[in-house]
Amino acid sequence: MGAVTPYRILRVAGPLVELACSGDIAMHDVVLLGDAELPGEVVAIGGGVATVQAYEYTGGLAPGHPARPRGGPLRAALGPWLLGGVFDGLLRPLAGAGDRLVPGGGSRADGRTWRFVPSVEPGARTDEGGVLGTVTTQAVPFRVLAPPGCSGPVERIAPEGRYPADAVLAVVGGTEVRMAAEWPVRTPRPVRARIDAVEPLHTGQRVIDLLFPVALGSTVAVPGGFGTGKTVLLQQIAKWCHADVIIYVGCGERGNEMADVIAELAELDDPRTGGRLADRTVVVANTSNMPMMAREASVHTGVTVAEFFRDMGLDVVVIADSTSRWAEALREFASRMGELPAEEGYPARLASELAAFYERAGAVRTLSGAPGTVTVLGAVSPPGGDLAEPVTAHTERFVRCLWTLDRELAYARHYPAISWAGSFSRDAAALSTARARSGDPSWARHREQVAALLTEADRLADLVELVGLTALPDQERISVLAGRLVREGVLQQSALSARDAYCAPEKTAALVEAVLAVAARCRQLVESGTPADAVEVVDFTPLLRAREETGPRSAAGVAARRDAVLQALAPGGRP
Amino acid sequence: MRWSEVECTDVRELRGPLAVVGGVTGVGWDEFVRITLGSGERRHGLVLEVDRDLAVLQVLEGTAGIDPTAVRVAFASSPLRIPVGPGWLGRVCNGRGEPIDGGPPVFGAAEAEVGGTPINPVRRVPPSEPVLTGVGAIDVLTTLVRGQKLPIFSAAGLPHLELAVQIAAQSTAGGEEFSVVFAGMGLTHADASFVRGALAERSAAGELVLLLNTADDPVIERLLTPRLALTVAEHLAFDGGRHVLVVMTDMTAYAEALREVSAARGEIPARRAYPGYLYSDLASLYERCGRIRDRSGSVTVLPVLTMPAGDITHPVPDLTGYITEGQIVLTREAHARGVYPPVDALSSLSRLMRKGAGPGRTREDHLDVAAQLLAALARARQVRELADLIGRPALSPTDLRYLELDEAFQLGFLAQRPDENRPLDASLALAWEVLRTLPRGQLAMIPSELLDRHGVA
Repeated sequence: MGAVTPYRILRVAGPLVELACSGDIAMHDVVLLGDAELPGEVVAIGGGVATVQAYEYTGGLAPGHPARPRGGPLRAALGPWLLGGVFDGLLRPLAGAGDRLVPGGGSRADGRTWRFVPSVEPGARTDEGGVLGTVTTQAVPFRVLAPPGCSGPVERIAPEGRYPADAVLAVVGGTEVRMAAEWPVRTPRPVRARIDAVEPLHTGQRVIDLLFPVALGSTVAVPGGFGTGKTVLLQQIAKWCHADVIIYVGCGERGNEMADVIAELAELDDPRTGGRLADRTVVVANTSNMPMMAREASVHTGVTVAEFFRDMGLDVVVIADSTSRWAEALREFASRMGELPAEEGYPARLASELAAFYERAGAVRTLSGAPGTVTVLGAVSPPGGDLAEPVTAHTERFVRCLWTLDRELAYARHYPAISWAGSFSRDAAALSTARARSGDPSWARHREQVAALLTEADRLADLVELVGLTALPDQERISVLAGRLVREGVLQQSALSARDAYCAPEKTAALVEAVLAVAARCRQLVESGTPADAVEVVDFTPLLRAREETGPRSAAGVAARRDAVLQALAPGGRP
Repeated sequence: MRWSEVECTDVRELRGPLAVVGGVTGVGWDEFVRITLGSGERRHGLVLEVDRDLAVLQVLEGTAGIDPTAVRVAFASSPLRIPVGPGWLGRVCNGRGEPIDGGPPVFGAAEAEVGGTPINPVRRVPPSEPVLTGVGAIDVLTTLVRGQKLPIFSAAGLPHLELAVQIAAQSTAGGEEFSVVFAGMGLTHADASFVRGALAERSAAGELVLLLNTADDPVIERLLTPRLALTVAEHLAFDGGRHVLVVMTDMTAYAEALREVSAARGEIPARRAYPGYLYSDLASLYERCGRIRDRSGSVTVLPVLTMPAGDITHPVPDLTGYITEGQIVLTREAHARGVYPPVDALSSLSRLMRKGAGPGRTREDHLDVAAQLLAALARARQVRELADLIGRPALSPTDLRYLELDEAFQLGFLAQRPDENRPLDASLALAWEVLRTLPRGQLAMIPSELLDRHGVA
């Protein structure tokens, strides 16, 4: 590379840099700009000029300064060090970067070693994606695989021992294989086949697991205005969901919040492995004041890391908070490029960019033949809470699940503020089959009943505001009551609660069953002539407090409280 | 700043706040620029774009009166750097940092770029200690936390400037060294002199830096004022070990200046013709707050903005809300009732309060009292709506107590004189007084042991 005459910079306007180019440069190639070697990516070539989107602050860069193509597109460095680490949008570690982030920083070699155990013999034949050995990490079964496009006899394999990430562990068909790998971030990693997403991702959040479940390998968008608890919800999922690896992409969000996520992950114990939760988490932090174009890259690097772990046969969840900030970075650069704006100044390619990002999720058979999944959860921050704005409107079309956060619910301190009227899950049908197979055949029926109760209660709520509750017939008063029991007894869940921040499937099922049983008993009483007044004054608090007072897995505790309330409602009881 | 030897005289175009200069070499993007007019008057600017031998400049003082044939432009070969240090304390300057208090220019041992550099997220310490403002509504219900960014959302005609000045005059950090940087943008002269007068005491005590850009100062200068303020504050905090509160008012005036430059550059407009990068630009200011591991100081940011036509979905309050950690909302209703400060407790929120208040931070009963008070106010609002529909006589006795609570809250808790520095203990005592209007059975969010201790029967 040293022999190449450097290209010269012609124009600098913020992150947009133009170079004089005489060939030898391809679209999406990485270019190092100026003496500080700021990374950038070629986004247009024409008329002897290459246009580069710079990933760092370009202050001081001037026409005439040199630029050096690095040959090849932006690549993410992947390896075992990612687990438990915090990285910027280009996947450079932040841990050693100092208090202030200055352009052009970033290095990796930290002297760490990992224990490698080979699982093939020299001379054995392996195909691309074949497992060559495992690396011991705190929490995740990290497998060293023959990289895509590499198959043949294993010519050499390292014996068991500790190695740095860049040591050659095997040679397969003439290709050296290391723990560390590189992959261009905008290219999806190859798989053998895509398969149907049918297994549920347990999130530990009742309203999701019950009403709007998500499958492993599916996609979710979470739109919500500020103050609706979007970030808290996503952090809850990061902490509690049943995935092997969590990739948390903080994309253009608050610095203090990022610090909080990092601190909390480091403190929390992982119920699955007994280690720290951070050990199976990768944080990509690109706060709102960090360079905007690295924000554009950060969602792609995040999902590339996810695919890397997926290929080891793992279930990976990518949480991107927030995709709106990413879309704004697209808009910002498109505007500087002079692209024709479509809606609200966003480029016309916004929809296809969003679609391409969400399509990198999926349940797949990996090259090694094992199943693996990437589930993508993207937060959307609609300006002014307007759900008709372009990013929200387009995202809705491309995702399998939508969890809309409702400002009214948030104001009423109903958390998580997921609106049952404005959300959907297209995975529900497939998942009800999976639940039935895994021994919970009543899940689909419960879900329908709860949804029906909520819809009916919402319809009546409008009426009650006009005419007052007492003007309703007794049957409908019971529907209003049932709606309240579902909302307060099942759907509400406090992220701050020691017992209820996470809820196991069996407790969710028990709570739903309890509320439905109590609602049915109330209805029976009214049908057999008991006035609704008498039913409404029964003390339902044991039922409403069951979620808080029982442990996260205590179906029995819930059942006991259900029985107490049913007892109070019994013909021989108090009403 | 060190200026280039050769000055450029080839000014090819002047349009709005922009100037295009030709024949430049080696000028980098974002450099600071000095422009000397034929009359000898000096102006300043920033390089917005460099294209071969052309440079597009944004002139901070505006282009009025510039004759392109008689102007010289010098380049600083670096972004704007200003001296920083305790020399700023006690000074009053204009929006460009030039003294207007009759004193000499501000000197400092060190220099810093006004654009700042992002704090590494892994080096941040989550905020966890309070700044007490002496304003009961804020201290009790939306506690300001050191390292937080908490805006005041107001509307034209409301006393947000009085409130901002009161907070700037009264705030303390538990006896630790505390300073205030007050950046006024687009203030009227009357407002500016009110600010100077009300903060004179703190300024004399050497605890205040005052930067005042008035409404008749060049609009573009407003883009610089908050950056100066934050640069001075960062140094006082992270190198000087002080807790610094930065008050920036009015951010709507700042955003309008940004829109003006964007329009002059012919950029593609986004919502309400504000540039698409408004979010990132605001973030580059607000995100400069925080605490850093192994350093003792903190920067707390309190932006004040007026919502045009009282619309909270307007881009400026909306994007601010997405960046900041909560908001303090002022309402016309409370103002019309003569209550100062007219805080809308139910729409206001401090996201970091849970971390910065309570046992060991403020007082053991603080969080319970705040939660209970807010819950009771929410209920009171419902009752008031109900009373409007069905009439007061139809309300239950409990509901009537909630109406009383609302009244007691407005007059007995919220209302405060603009010069009254109310200690937290006094504010909490008033909060308890308000809660006592309810029967004990309605105070389920407070542990019974606390209720006993505070004599709730």
